[in-house]
Amino acid sequence: MSRPNNISQHVITVTVEDKPGVLARVSSMFARRGFNIHSLAVGPTVDPSLSRITLVADGPEMEQIIKQLYKLVNTVKVTEHPAGASIEREIMLVRVNADSKRRGEILDAAGIFDARAVDVGKMTITFELAGEPGRLADFLELMRPYGIVDLVKSGRIALARDPKTKNGRQPELRSA
Amino acid sequence: MSETLTGAQALIKALEHEGVDVIFGMPGGAILPAYDPLYDSPIRHVLVRHEQGSGHMASGYAHATGRVGVCLATSGPAATNLITPLLDAYMDSIPVVAITGQVAQTSIGMDAFQEAHTWGISMPVTKHNYLITNVDEIPDVIREAFHLAATGRPGPVLVDVPKDILNDTLVWHKPGEMNLPGYKPSVKGHPKQVQSAIDMIHSAQRPVLYAGGGIIRANASDRLRRFAELSNLPTVTTLMARGAIPDSHELALGMPGMHGNYTAITAMQKADLLIAIGARFDDRVTGNVAAFAPEAKVVHVDVDPAEIGKVRNADVPIVGDADAVLEQLTFAMEHFLGSDPAPARTEWMETLAGWQRDFPLAYEQDPEGPIQQQYVIQEMHRITGGDAVVVAGVGQHQMWASQFWGFEKPRTWINSGGLGTMGYAIPAAIGAKAGAPDELVIAFDGDGCFQMTMQELVTASVEKIPVKIMVLNNSWLGMVKQWQKLFYNKRYSATDLTSHTPDFVGLAEAMGCAGIRAERPEEVGPAIEKALAINDRPVVVEFKCDPDAMVFPMVPAGGSNDDVVLSAEDLA
Repeated sequence: MSRPNNISQHVITVTVEDKPGVLARVSSMFARRGFNIHSLAVGPTVDPSLSRITLVADGPEMEQIIKQLYKLVNTVKVTEHPAGASIEREIMLVRVNADSKRRGEILDAAGIFDARAVDVGKMTITFELAGEPGRLADFLELMRPYGIVDLVKSGRIALARDPKTKNGRQPELRSA
Repeated sequence: MSETLTGAQALIKALEHEGVDVIFGMPGGAILPAYDPLYDSPIRHVLVRHEQGSGHMASGYAHATGRVGVCLATSGPAATNLITPLLDAYMDSIPVVAITGQVAQTSIGMDAFQEAHTWGISMPVTKHNYLITNVDEIPDVIREAFHLAATGRPGPVLVDVPKDILNDTLVWHKPGEMNLPGYKPSVKGHPKQVQSAIDMIHSAQRPVLYAGGGIIRANASDRLRRFAELSNLPTVTTLMARGAIPDSHELALGMPGMHGNYTAITAMQKADLLIAIGARFDDRVTGNVAAFAPEAKVVHVDVDPAEIGKVRNADVPIVGDADAVLEQLTFAMEHFLGSDPAPARTEWMETLAGWQRDFPLAYEQDPEGPIQQQYVIQEMHRITGGDAVVVAGVGQHQMWASQFWGFEKPRTWINSGGLGTMGYAIPAAIGAKAGAPDELVIAFDGDGCFQMTMQELVTASVEKIPVKIMVLNNSWLGMVKQWQKLFYNKRYSATDLTSHTPDFVGLAEAMGCAGIRAERPEEVGPAIEKALAINDRPVVVEFKCDPDAMVFPMVPAGGSNDDVVLSAEDLA
C-alpha cells in the first residue's frame, strides 16, 4: 500500500449526475486512458440529482485527467484539492493481534489516537479510526509491530475548506 | 391530441422528428418491433449485408452531408458488429447515432439468446450512450442523442432499447427541455486569448496554419481561407482536413505527416508558430513528438478542451468552435491590421516555394510498365475535373488518393483517419451517395480492403446507389509489404495475396454491379470513361497495378520529421 499524502497523489472530487452507470463511465475512462486510481468513494450530495465521487489519483497528468472527466457527459463539476486546502478524511477498520498480555498496551496506544475498539476477541482487537489520512497511516505504523490481521479502508473523501478559513486561521475546523 | 404509441412507434416517430431521411440497418429479433412502424415511415431504410457496413454508411453519410448518420441493428452480434464503425466515428469526430435492440429487461443479465452488454461494450467507443429503461424516455433520449452527436466535438452516440420497451406503450410527447447539466460545449473563444493569438501570429516570422478535421466538422472552410489570406498564413491540411482550403490556393501546402509532402512536413518542422485549428497533434502528423517542430510556439484552437495540451503544450489555448473562433480571429486581425497588409514574410514564403519546387510529389508512369496507382488517381481527376466526392479505404491507396487528388472543397474527401479501418471505402461511399445522390461518389480501394466489406456492393446494387469503386489491385497488403520491404529485410510475412486474388470483375457482376478491368496504362483512361458512363448501377473497376509501388515521402514510424525519406534510395 502506498503512503497517503504521497507527493504524486492528487485528490479530486467529481460531481456527477446520479444516473445508473456513471461510476462505470468514470472508471472505464481511467482504465482506457491509462490513469491510476488509488482510492475512490462515492456517495450522495445535498442535491438528490447529483452524486459525488472522491478520487485519489496518481501522476503528472492531472490536467488531462480533469479534462477527460469533464468530457464525460454526466460530469457536472470537477474540483482538485491541493494538499492542505481541503478537509480530507478516511475511515478504517483494523484488526490487530492482541493476546491478553499485550491488550492493555495496545488499548493505551489506541487511546492516544482516539481509535475506538469496536470488536474484541480472544486474540484480536478491531479498531475503528476516522480522520486525516496521515493520522490513519501513523496509527497503522504504531500497530504494525503487534501484527495487523486485517484491514479495510474507505476511499478518501474531501471537501474544500470554506474560503475564509484558508491559511489555517480557524484551526478548530481541522478537528471537525 | 394525446396519442398512445408503442415504444417502437415512438422511436421511429422520434427519428422522423429529428429529420432523419435514411437509416442504414438490418433487422433481427430484439429490434423487430421497430421494423414494423419503419415499414410505413417516410424514412428510407437501406438494408445492409453486415452491420459493420451500416455503421460506416452512417459515417459516410455524415461526412458528405454534415448531418447525423443513423444506423439500426439488433442485439448481441449485431450490436458488437457496430463497435468498429462506432470507434471509427469516435476517432474522426463523425456525428452518428446507432440504435440497437436489446433483449427484454427481464432477460438482461441472464445470458439470453443474442444478449450482449451493449451499453458497457460501447461505452469506450462512443461520445455517450444510453440504455432505455422506461418507455416514456424515448422522445427525450433520442433528442439528446442527436444533440450530443452533432454539437460540440461531434461523435457517435448509441441508444440501446430493450425489446419490452419497444412493445410497451406511452402517450407521445414532444421532447422537452434537455437536461444535460454537465454538457456545455464552448462556442466562442476567450477574447483575451484571441488577442494573444493575434499578437503572436502578427509577429511570427515562420508561421504555419495547421488545419485539422475540426475545420470540416465545423463548416469553417470559408473562414479558414479568409483568415489565411488576411493574415498571409501558409496552410497545411491534415488527412482529415483535405479540402479545408483548396489545394490550388497559393497558401495551401497540402498534407503533412508520415506520408505528407516534403514542404508541408518541413514547414511545420521549421515553423516558429503553429496555429492549430481543429487538429489534435496526431502521431501520424508529429512523428516523434519530442523532435516535432522544436522552435514553434503553439496557438491551439479546439472545441474539445481535452485536446489542448494533450500531446503538445499550447502557448495560447483557445477552447471554442472552429468557425466561431475563426470569425473572432478574423475580426481581431482586421482590427489589428487596420489598412495595413499582413507581414509579407518574404524569406519564409520563398523558402517554402523553393521546397515546393525542389521536392514535389512525384511518380513515373512507364508507358510499357505496370499501372501506377497514382496515375489512376490523376487520370480520374483529369477526366472528372476533380468534381467528385472521393472515398478511400486504408493503406497505400488512401495515402496516394490524399496526395494526388487535388481537393478544392470541404466534404469531398471521406476516409478513416484515426482508426485506420480497412474496408471503410465501400460502405462509406454508399452512405455518402445515399446522402448526396447528386454527387459523383468515387471510392479508391485496395484489393485487401475490398475483400473486407465487398458484400455491401449487393446493398448498393439492390438499393440503386451507383457508387464507383476503383480497386487499385496490387495483389498485396501493400502498406504492410512496404514496411516489410523497408524495415523487415524484405521478409514478406503474410502480405502476399497473389496466389488467391479473386476475379474482381466476376465478383462485381455477381453482386449486380458493372465490372471493368484495366491491365495496361493505356487502358486506364478508357476504363474510367466507361465507368463514368454507367449510372444505373454501381461500377467496379479493377486496375492491375504495380505490386512494388511504394508511398513516398515517408517519415518512418517514431522518427523525427527532420528525416523525411523521399524515395527508397534514401533508405538504402
